[in-house]
Amino acid sequence: MPVRVVIPTPLRQYAGKKEFVEVEAKTVGEALASLTKQYGDLRRHLYTEDGKLRSFVNIYLGEEDIRYLQKEQTPLRDQDVLSIVPSIAGGIKLRCICS
Amino acid sequence: MLKLNPSQSDQIRQHSAREYPNECCGILLGRADGEDKEVWEVVPLKNLRLDAVEAAKTLPLESPGLESERNRFLIDPRDQIRVEKEARARGLVVLGYYHSHPDHPARPSNYDREHAWPWYSYLIVSVQGGEPRDLTSWVLTDDRERFEPEQLSGPNP
Repeated sequence: MPVRVVIPTPLRQYAGKKEFVEVEAKTVGEALASLTKQYGDLRRHLYTEDGKLRSFVNIYLGEEDIRYLQKEQTPLRDQDVLSIVPSIAGGIKLRCICS
Repeated sequence: MLKLNPSQSDQIRQHSAREYPNECCGILLGRADGEDKEVWEVVPLKNLRLDAVEAAKTLPLESPGLESERNRFLIDPRDQIRVEKEARARGLVVLGYYHSHPDHPARPSNYDREHAWPWYSYLIVSVQGGEPRDLTSWVLTDDRERFEPEQLSGPNP
């Protein structure tokens, strides 16, 4: 069943400059696998080298973070919309801040 | 190249001084033509690391005990969604982000690199003893290996 994955602006350059990509998938995991199979250059920006979704990359099904649903096993229905939303994070090189 | 006018860079510097010794953060909105970006609005946001419980749910700490709002910032993805939606309605896009490095140089850390995407501008302001100093901008390379410095334009950015 076709679902739509919205591609964030900085990653569109790796997805044929598309704002969204339609994929056939029954779960969120399948949708992301299909997306990154189609657009291989997206993969390193979403997954770590050992194949885990990067910790700062969040996937939303509609308005819900899939972490609070069934994560990558979350089932999808026809015409569902997935969004890729970063948790923007950063900071300085660590030093001990203990007193 | 990132166009940032003096009042926008002042806004970022003032935010960094207000939050010192904690890290500040915010979103840069504007218009882009390929790699050329022009900032229209600076949107200061709360550093979610100030709320340890919410922050842990969003992005767990890698070295608990060593990390806090003094050396880490985190933007709530719900803020990201809200700001991006409001921007889109005005024909603007998220161009990148800014954050401060309290008592550290305005150079990206490895942690910055691991949590970044290409194309976005990552502005860093160094705050030394509460005084804002250097302001630099960086873009992650396609292979995620390093940040390249990005030219800032506008008088005294």
